[in-house]
Amino acid sequence: MSFRPDHELHGRRLGRNVGVGLTLVAFAAVMFGLTVVKVTRDGPIEGYDHVVQPHLAQEASE
Amino acid sequence: MTDVNTYPETASQPGEAGFGDYVALLKPRVMSLVVFTALVGILVAPVGVNPMVGLASILFIALGAGASGALNMWWDADIDAVMRRTAKRPVPAGKVAGGEALGLGLALSGIAVVMLGLAANVLAAGLLAFTIFFYAVVYSMWLKRLTPQNIVIGGAAGAFPPMIGWAVATGGVSVESLLMFAIIFMWTPPHFWALALFMKEDYHTAGVPMLTVTHGRPATRTHILVYTILLVPVALAAAFTGIGGPTYLAISAVLNAGFLWGAWRIWQRDEAQAEADGYRTEKQVFRFSLYYLFLHFGALLLEASLKGFGIGGW
Repeated sequence: MSFRPDHELHGRRLGRNVGVGLTLVAFAAVMFGLTVVKVTRDGPIEGYDHVVQPHLAQEASE
Repeated sequence: MTDVNTYPETASQPGEAGFGDYVALLKPRVMSLVVFTALVGILVAPVGVNPMVGLASILFIALGAGASGALNMWWDADIDAVMRRTAKRPVPAGKVAGGEALGLGLALSGIAVVMLGLAANVLAAGLLAFTIFFYAVVYSMWLKRLTPQNIVIGGAAGAFPPMIGWAVATGGVSVESLLMFAIIFMWTPPHFWALALFMKEDYHTAGVPMLTVTHGRPATRTHILVYTILLVPVALAAAFTGIGGPTYLAISAVLNAGFLWGAWRIWQRDEAQAEADGYRTEKQVFRFSLYYLFLHFGALLLEASLKGFGIGGW
């Protein structure tokens, strides 16, 4: 298997592509960090707490 | 089979934009001021913010400011092309197409506002959206070419970041955040008019109705003095609120005395004197005005830091 040589456009746009790539990686890192903070700052929660949780309802009524 | 033929025009374009040209569209120097004042707005607030939320919020506030800069460059490309100071910006220099600047500005505006809403709160996002609208539409499209008061009213756009930072932390607006807004708002006119005095050819050439063009240079000198006098009580008033204290008051008093002295010297000079020494005083006051704003917000930050040791505030 052989690789075709890159078109000169790839070389010319290397800086732009690397810049966009790093920006996207940084954006993903910020999103990840934000998600961790948002999910953990209200104390322990269950992964599927958008559904009815009978044991929590029971605790609340006691 | 080759993929080269899918974009033959692009491949033959001379001097195409690099990543740095797109970054330049976002006016990184303006963004740095936005980052600093928004950071102060967050840190001096009485409510603590999670560092990650604070970092992300500042990032999105800066992104929103950058987006409005890109929209401004799209709209003002014709003016920028004839002004020496702005002729090398990516759009007038032919590196980035106007449509690309518009697209980037709109996309980043949307991302910044939505993400700030998710990271912080709806009020902060709403203020950011209004700031972008104010700078791109009210200032750039409407006022800049219409009235010599363009700088006065347009200065509001640059004054919002600390208010947004405060809203990120507290979820509200208060006297403190309004005063931080007012300091930048009142500081902008004398700062830019000092610049306009020694960059006169540019604004003349572009036909932008700066005060120096429409009302003359002596009137501009008077306006600088009047607006500086109006700025002083606003800057000092912040010392007597929850974000102020004796340290801020002392620093602010010295800075205001310096700015007033500079404005007085500008007012006393005429064009012959200014041209004789190459607008030395005007340049000095312009440079001082940059320190003035930076040190005022630095003093607010210092006051908040001292509170951590039990010695800040009143």
